[in-house]
Amino acid sequence: MKDLAEMPVEIDADERARLNRAKFERWGTYALPVIVMALMILFWDRIVVWYDIKHYILPSPGRVLDSLIEGRAVFFDAWVLTLAVTAAALALAVIFGVGLAVMFTQSRLVEMSLYPYAVILQVTPVVSIAPLIFIYVDSKIAGLLICAWIVAFFPVLSNTTLGLNSADHNLRDLFRIYGATRWQRLRYLQLPSALPYFLGGLRIAGGLSLIGAVVAELVAGSGGIGVGLAGLIQEAGYRLNIARMFAALILIAATGIAIFALLSFVSHLLLRKWHESAIKREG
Amino acid sequence: MTRLARLQEPPMTSLADRPELLRMSRVDKTFGGTVVALKDMSLRVNQGDFISLLGPSGCGKSTALRLIAGLLTPTAGATRWAGEQKSGDLGVVFQEPTLMPWATVEQNVWLPMRLRGKTFGEMREDISRTLGLVGLSGFEGAYPRELSGGMKMRVSIARALVTKPRLILMDEPFAALDEITRFKLNNDLLAMKSQIGCTVIFVTHSVFESVFLSDRIVVMAARPGRVIRELTVEQPYPRDEAFRTSSEYAAYCRETSEALHQAMGEAA
Repeated sequence: MKDLAEMPVEIDADERARLNRAKFERWGTYALPVIVMALMILFWDRIVVWYDIKHYILPSPGRVLDSLIEGRAVFFDAWVLTLAVTAAALALAVIFGVGLAVMFTQSRLVEMSLYPYAVILQVTPVVSIAPLIFIYVDSKIAGLLICAWIVAFFPVLSNTTLGLNSADHNLRDLFRIYGATRWQRLRYLQLPSALPYFLGGLRIAGGLSLIGAVVAELVAGSGGIGVGLAGLIQEAGYRLNIARMFAALILIAATGIAIFALLSFVSHLLLRKWHESAIKREG
Repeated sequence: MTRLARLQEPPMTSLADRPELLRMSRVDKTFGGTVVALKDMSLRVNQGDFISLLGPSGCGKSTALRLIAGLLTPTAGATRWAGEQKSGDLGVVFQEPTLMPWATVEQNVWLPMRLRGKTFGEMREDISRTLGLVGLSGFEGAYPRELSGGMKMRVSIARALVTKPRLILMDEPFAALDEITRFKLNNDLLAMKSQIGCTVIFVTHSVFESVFLSDRIVVMAARPGRVIRELTVEQPYPRDEAFRTSSEYAAYCRETSEALHQAMGEAA
């Protein structure tokens, strides 16, 4: 057997495999979905050509793109409306969700009284509440907001409540020993403990508020102040303008992805220094 | 004169001469009306004592600590401080480091003072001095996850020391650490105590640790939790590695072991 010191400095097969795997993971995460999408679009295009499908049944990807570019002014206005409703609903969801969660942890009485109603609001499908809401609420914008908010606020509420109650027990004892006030305990212990949970809920709520905004607009129908992306889909559907329906749909999906990516990035920024979820580990 | 210097322990005060710090008088603690965690415990804690509470699990040693900390109220009897207990008179170290993962080392140490309304600026010197005392200078800005188990425990000790407490309660602080780290922390803990001159009540289930660290060992038995014996270790401080290998140390360990076996035999 060779002396250990004479052994060439070389990574073994196991280690090499691990490095290759890591490299593959790095580019694969981004490249593979893009490749799959390119293939799907190509396949879609070929199907339309091979089977000579009429554009009012299935438009080719190129036609959808044309429709998007052609109607960009209309699409932009609709996109702004949908995005505004989504963002405002998410903001309201955060304010009410976190506010209510804090009240729940400060008073068991409030929690016991209100929590079941938060659950009821969540489990009742928004599509079935929306028609009623639009009867009682004059403003279409306000109606859309309420619907989107109802869908989005529960994940924020339940995750934040869980997080506020997840503060380390020994740390709670320590705060008691040092005579911390309720406010100090909330500010320095419970809110930081709840942050990772809240951010998890926020990511879910971001997607849900977009869904809420779209569903509510479908229920509300066109007319009123303006048309959002869902309204565009509906209108285009009446006119059998299928390319336009696809174009609006793609915008909605892209918006959802962008919201998720943005919230994930915010979450990463806030947690990267200390939370396990944001820390990469070797081996 | 700084507080540190004033609190310097007078050399070789005999145990009986030390002024009283607090006293537990005939304390009972029952949980849920049925589980007797502690029965008729009396303990006089003197200024400068290093007391170990030693016993098998379920003997109520942690309960006793929580009673002294004021986290539990006794079912009967009372715990009273001689004189007034001010906030910051008490420091606590748990079995886990119990640090706030979102805060840096210096922010963690700042916590007790922050809760008393002190700004970081006011406390900066105290914090860096305390971190120096536990051997963590240079780690002020590190996050707990970047530290080893022993270093996290040092941060936890620094946090307990930063208020300059008269009494420090430690609940099996080194139980989860490896033996080499534990020996090092035992040595350093004694050095810190002699510098600060505070009183320590230390819960442990290790005979060797209790003999090395303490001048009084309170042996407890389980079901119901109670004190069955109190031993004195008449070995002057500072104690070093030489003490660990001395025949006196072995003799104290044997005596303490016997008391512990008696405690375990008495458990029903």
